[in-house]
Amino acid sequence: MAEVELRAVRKSFGATKVIHGVDIKIADGELVVIVGPSGCGKSTLLRMVAGLETVSEGTIAIDGMPVNDREPKDRDIAMVFQNYALYPHMSVYDNMAYGLRNRGMDKAEIDRRVREAAKTLELAHLLERKPRQLSGGQRQRVAMGRAIVREPKAFLFDEPLSNLDAKLRVQMRVEIKKLQRQLGVTSLYVTHDQVEAMTLADRLIVMNAGVAEQIGTPMELYARPATTFVGGFIGSPAMNFFPARAANGRVELGGGIVLAMSNATAAGEVTVGIRPEHLTLGGADGVSLPIKVELIEHLGAEALVYGHLPGGAALTARIDGETDVALDAQLTLSVEPRHIHLFDKTSGRRVD
Amino acid sequence: MVEQRPLSKFVAHAILVAGIVIVAFPVYLTLIASTHEPADIVNGTMGLLPGHMGVTHYFDALFSGTKQIKSTPVLQMMGNSLVMALVIAIGKIAISIISAYAVVFFRFPFRMFFFWTIFVTLMLPVEVRIYPTYKVVADLGLLNTYAGLTIPLIASATATLLFRQFFLTIPDELVEAAQIDGAGPMKFFRDIVLPLSLTNIAALFVILFIYGWNQYLWPLLITTDSGMDTIVYGIRRMIVTSDANTDWHIVMATTMLAMLPPVFVVVVMQRLFVKGLVDTEK
Repeated sequence: MAEVELRAVRKSFGATKVIHGVDIKIADGELVVIVGPSGCGKSTLLRMVAGLETVSEGTIAIDGMPVNDREPKDRDIAMVFQNYALYPHMSVYDNMAYGLRNRGMDKAEIDRRVREAAKTLELAHLLERKPRQLSGGQRQRVAMGRAIVREPKAFLFDEPLSNLDAKLRVQMRVEIKKLQRQLGVTSLYVTHDQVEAMTLADRLIVMNAGVAEQIGTPMELYARPATTFVGGFIGSPAMNFFPARAANGRVELGGGIVLAMSNATAAGEVTVGIRPEHLTLGGADGVSLPIKVELIEHLGAEALVYGHLPGGAALTARIDGETDVALDAQLTLSVEPRHIHLFDKTSGRRVD
Repeated sequence: MVEQRPLSKFVAHAILVAGIVIVAFPVYLTLIASTHEPADIVNGTMGLLPGHMGVTHYFDALFSGTKQIKSTPVLQMMGNSLVMALVIAIGKIAISIISAYAVVFFRFPFRMFFFWTIFVTLMLPVEVRIYPTYKVVADLGLLNTYAGLTIPLIASATATLLFRQFFLTIPDELVEAAQIDGAGPMKFFRDIVLPLSLTNIAALFVILFIYGWNQYLWPLLITTDSGMDTIVYGIRRMIVTSDANTDWHIVMATTMLAMLPPVFVVVVMQRLFVKGLVDTEK
């Protein structure tokens, strides 16, 4: 167990820069999730920590020791891959034991660790099977087992759940979280799924185009997104954005709608962000948004209402599932000022 | 799709049976001829049923060969052929799996140049480069040796190419997992690449063994000592065109014997091969 530290880590493939400097210190036993859309550099970052990609600039340190020039096997990390990467010709037992044998570990100790991990992961009855005789979830557990038996300083997960079906994904997500807590191993976890990211993470790194847009706890990111990208990426359905003008604690949305935000200091062109779940039915003074209902999606407990503001901006609202709303009806929605996010129009950065 | 109707079924089977008869009849005739008196074979009075000389003829063929003109005993020729076929098959597989491993998994200068160099040799079969190859073998004093018989035929672009294609299908993640598990290049080759290639090796072994066993031109050039005769070339030597009569009964028996090892290899290896195909991952 150890700290993992990234200092100004950059990566370029030839002239193409893919990671533009990431700094983070992952505390002992912490689970940090790197989340972002495909191509944002999140896997590359993880692979640099694993030693599968070279670091172009900056330092990666595990347990205080810079490991830039160390081979993957000498970094004392274990990785769980998206396709599990189990050795197809080896039994479950051998898959887990292989890395330990290569390290010249004592046979009895290997046996003890493999059996213990198998027990934890409920694989004990499958030890003699080959990977092809296992289901997706079981393979995933074997891949986890292979990481656990190593008792490494850090776990690296590269989208480990994306090959599983939705139900199993939720189940494995819970298992991974429990296991990580129980073992207390520092972990770095890459995913493109924001729900997975929110539920698993102690802290999140939201990556976009090679830049760490924001680093923080899931609730920090949800409550105070630093950029429009983070605001739009975290939370589902995605945050509503409207172009607006801010001045003197008032935000003009166009179409005659004005939001009163007495404590806002921003001025000039801004982007307003409001989460669908923070919109409530019924008007309120200074924060009313009239829309015409164009589409309703009933999800049971809740319903999603789609419409447009008079100014032409699209809007989604999440309302109680039992509320009776008719198609084409005119609705007035309101939002508490504290749930209104303001971002600079050009840079997309948060302004308060 | 084939329709499930009696008539179409009958026609399909009739064509198959006819095909089998056409292929199998000469082999059957050879087998029958090898059990008849030499005179019956030459006179054409031999029937389609087995004669009673089988054991004697095969015994003669194996341990003394033809008598009219003295040939090498078939057992010795089979030994020569076996050495040649095995060395060629194993040598080709060993060399090509290693070169394919290098080309696929390592980054070294001129990697693609070497790959293409290997590839280009595909365009030069043994027959084309036979004179220079003969010259080299002769200058090295390898005429009438097993080394001369086998080494020039070992280099194989085809097998390298096949292994390369197979190695390219091994997912990168598997390579990386092995890297993290602390398997160096040698260990990765031995513990992962080799076991995964087993079915490919079995298939290639079958093909290459038969390729080696059936060599005719190269042994013809490289061996002058009849003690080094391979069986395929040896059969040719048994058939005389002048001065004496051909011992057709021995020739027939030898032909049957020449077919046995390749059949044996196919049957044995096919099991492993099919098992591999059925068990295969993904």
